[in-house]
Amino acid sequence: MEAHAHSAEVDLNPATWTDPKRYAWLLGLIVPLLPFIAWSLVALTGLGVFWFYGPFLVFVIFPVADLLIGMDAENPPDSVIKWLEQDRYYRWCTYVFIPIQYAGLIFACYMWADGGLSTVEGIGLALTMSMVSGIAINTAHELGHKRDDLEKWLSKVALAQSGYGHFFIEHNRGHHVRVATPEDPASARLGESFWAFLPRTVAGSLGSAWGIERARLERGGHSAWSIHNDILQAWAMTVVLFAALAIAFGPVVLPFLLLQAVLGFSLLEVVNYLEHYGLLRQKKDDGRYERCLPQHSWNSNNVASNVLLYHLQRHSDHHANPTRRYQALRHVEEAPQLPTGYAGMILLAWFPPVWRRVMDRRLIDHYEGDLGRANIQPRAKRRVLARYGGSAA
Amino acid sequence: MSAFRCPACGYTYDEGEGNPREGFPPGTPWSEVPDEWHCPDCGVRDKVDFVESPSGEDRGPDEAE
Repeated sequence: MEAHAHSAEVDLNPATWTDPKRYAWLLGLIVPLLPFIAWSLVALTGLGVFWFYGPFLVFVIFPVADLLIGMDAENPPDSVIKWLEQDRYYRWCTYVFIPIQYAGLIFACYMWADGGLSTVEGIGLALTMSMVSGIAINTAHELGHKRDDLEKWLSKVALAQSGYGHFFIEHNRGHHVRVATPEDPASARLGESFWAFLPRTVAGSLGSAWGIERARLERGGHSAWSIHNDILQAWAMTVVLFAALAIAFGPVVLPFLLLQAVLGFSLLEVVNYLEHYGLLRQKKDDGRYERCLPQHSWNSNNVASNVLLYHLQRHSDHHANPTRRYQALRHVEEAPQLPTGYAGMILLAWFPPVWRRVMDRRLIDHYEGDLGRANIQPRAKRRVLARYGGSAA
Repeated sequence: MSAFRCPACGYTYDEGEGNPREGFPPGTPWSEVPDEWHCPDCGVRDKVDFVESPSGEDRGPDEAE
């Protein structure tokens, strides 16, 4: 973690270390290509069921691939991180995602309007597009953490499809500051099901983003309702985008666009749910929370989900070094580990009894039975303590 | 004019430059930046964690383009 400790410039040499995943990152482009892949499969087989290919890829193929392929043995050594981050090839892998994403959205609108799809097939394509818009939030996440203005702008563009433009404000300035505390709407609590978390994080993140942006603008003497408001700018992109698509293809595309947006940001939120479930930063004597440490994020190091999500699962390193580029993120073995990749954990999160069975024990073991150190859902506190014993402060 | 550096990511607040986007015009002294303000780049550390830096040159690895 303490990469600053040494500056071994002499080791920064591509000849001494090759990145085995260098070209694997291009596989991430499968996601924005999904509507074209689905169309090809339907054309090849004549089976309309392939319009549902997006969720099949993310929720069946990737969880199985995580189980079959297993763990990612590669960890970039500290000495190559600087060099790895400066290699512009990696950022182009994320930039290219965005034009393909929007070519796919236009193609999907054409299919919804004039493609002769049945209603069920249209919904299947909307589900496929929700995988694109949800995982585009992950691409936006990678870009939104960077200092470069172009990357910040591309982040907003990638968010337009899901209408989640406030995310890059709330995530960087809200979630990263308050992660693993009861104040963070995007940190899930022990005893809180995904279905209880979803409305709390959606509403809470929206309110928090607005408050953060208002405070920033008011410091500079502007009103929150100003053209400088990044949230309003990002939402305006969605309004213009959906309006342009509705004018070009007819209002018939609007319900599908709405459906894929809601399911898309719900996909992001289920990932938020599993990233910090029950983990809690302790308060120090001065009333501030301890800084975010590796033990405050759930990690996974499965190859398939690592490639799909740009190393998002190396989540402890991401929270220690939020501006670090995805290709240079490191696996932290001491951090709490999920039993499988993020793709498989999403499936468990949808079924709260299964989730509790798998995760609550892991969390309690992590805290060595001391539930007072966990982030517990206040409403569920009595029930949780009765079930797992122990006494919480 | 002094500069103050985020120990997590290397972002540096230079009093001469301020940070207009954050609502601090050039020349805004560090003392006028609210205590609850946190690093605008990484969000990991708060104002009170920042360390005085001799110059604004030394930024994190991400900045070396």
